[in-house]
Amino acid sequence: MIAIIDYEAGNLTSVARAIGHLGAPCLVTQDLEAIAGAERVIFPGVGAAGSAMASLKRLGLDQALRQAVASGKPVLGICLGTQIVFERSQEDLASCLGLLPGEVVRFPLRHVDAAGGPLKVPHMGWNRVSWRKPHPVFAGLPEQAEFYFVHSYYPKPSAPEVVLGVTEYGFEFASAVGRANLVAVQFHPEKSGAPGLKILENFLSWDGKAGA
Amino acid sequence: MLSKRIIPCLDVRAGKLTKGIKFKGNVDIGDPVEMAEFYYNEGADELVFYDITASSDARAIMIDVVRRVAERIFMPFSVGGGLRNVDDMRAVLLAGAEKISVNSSAVQEPEIIRQGAEAFGAQCVVLGMDVLKVGVKPGIPSGYEVVIHGGRKPMGLDALEWAQRAESLGAGEICLNSIDADGTQDGYELTLTKLISQAVSIPVIASGGAGEPRHLAEVLTQGKAHAALIASMTHYGNYTIRQIKDYLDGQGIKVRNYW
Repeated sequence: MIAIIDYEAGNLTSVARAIGHLGAPCLVTQDLEAIAGAERVIFPGVGAAGSAMASLKRLGLDQALRQAVASGKPVLGICLGTQIVFERSQEDLASCLGLLPGEVVRFPLRHVDAAGGPLKVPHMGWNRVSWRKPHPVFAGLPEQAEFYFVHSYYPKPSAPEVVLGVTEYGFEFASAVGRANLVAVQFHPEKSGAPGLKILENFLSWDGKAGA
Repeated sequence: MLSKRIIPCLDVRAGKLTKGIKFKGNVDIGDPVEMAEFYYNEGADELVFYDITASSDARAIMIDVVRRVAERIFMPFSVGGGLRNVDDMRAVLLAGAEKISVNSSAVQEPEIIRQGAEAFGAQCVVLGMDVLKVGVKPGIPSGYEVVIHGGRKPMGLDALEWAQRAESLGAGEICLNSIDADGTQDGYELTLTKLISQAVSIPVIASGGAGEPRHLAEVLTQGKAHAALIASMTHYGNYTIRQIKDYLDGQGIKVRNYW
C-alpha cells in the first residue's frame, strides 16, 4: 500500500488518480498507523508553507513523516511537500521539517531572464530538468522531457550533494532533490504527461536506495 | 526556460462539445472526454473547458465530465463557466481540474477572485476576460472595454484596469479573449494582448482569432503572451499540435516538443 499523506494542503486526488492509473493500490490518509504500515509514502501538497506546517503538526503528521524517512521506506515529496522537507521557508517564515539541509526562498519580485526580459512569478508551465546525477527514480527519461511546474518559492539546498536535478528559470534552481530513501521534486509528476508518469512508475518499484 | 503553452479550448454544453463562432450557432461535435484524451496524446500543454450552460442540472453533468477527464489525462486543465462562489470552484477542483476560471461572475463580484485565491491558492484562479475594442472614451482610457455574458453586455469597465485589479485581488493568470478576433481565424488581437501582458506580472493566455500557426508565433512574440488558446484550427483537423509546435520551434519559440 502507498500512503499519500493528506495534511489538508490542496487537492490530492490527482496524485491518487495517477498512482491508480499505474495500477498500484494507494490511500489518501491522515492515519498515523496507515502511514507507519505503508510500503511507500508520497507527500504532495499545494498551498502555503506556514499553514501546511501548522496542519502537519496538528495532525501529528510531522512525526509520521520523520519516522517514514527514518525507517528507510521510499518517500516522495511533490511541490509544497518538497519545500516542507527543508529546514525553513521564506514563505510565512515557516520552520519546516529539516529532513534536508537548506531553505526555501521566493523568486525575486522583479525576476528577469538572461537577456533582462521580465519573468513571471509564479513559475508556471512546462520546463526541463537537467539531471545532476543518476537516480533510479529518474531513470529512462529523455533529455528533452518537460515537467509541469507551479510555484513562487524554490528549494535552495545548503548541501550540493542533495541536488538531483536543476531547472533554469532566470537562474538554475534545484528542482529535484533527495538523500537516501527520500526523493522530492518541485514539479508535478502527476500532471506532467508520460514523463511524469514514468517518474511515479519508477518510484513504485524503487527500493529506496539512491543511485550513484 | 519555460515553454510557451498551446492550449486547446473545448466549449461544453450539456456534457457535449461545441464550438461557437462569435458565440453564436454552436453545434455539437463530440465527446469532451474523448477530445481531451486526443489532445493529451497529441501534445497539447494544457486544456481549457468552458461550460457554456449555466443551469444547476448542467453543473452536475460538467462535474462528471471533469471527473472522467481527470481519470484519463495527466496534465493540467482548467474549467470555467458559471462558477459563482467558492463552493462551485471547490467542486470543480475536487473533481480533478487544476484551475478554475471566472469571468462574468468576477466582474459582478470581484471578491470571488480573492476568495478563490485564499481558499485554493492564486495558481488555481484564472481570470477570463472578454474584451471589445471601443476606442478611448470616458471611463475606458485604454480603449478596450470588458464585456460579459459571452460578449453581449458592455460593463463600462476598462480592460487594463480590470486586469491589474484582478491581479491585485489574487488572480494567478489571465485568459484574455478578444471578442473582435474571436471566431475570425484572422489572428489574435496583438495590441490588446501586449497591452495587458506588459501591465501585469501574471501570465497571460491569448485567446480569440487563431487560424494558422503564424498567428500563434505573432502573439507569443509581439503580443508577449505566455500561452495561446486555440480551437477551430485543430478541432476540425486543419492543423495538428505537432505541426503548430514544429512551426513555432522553427521560429525560435521554445515549446514542449517531447511528450
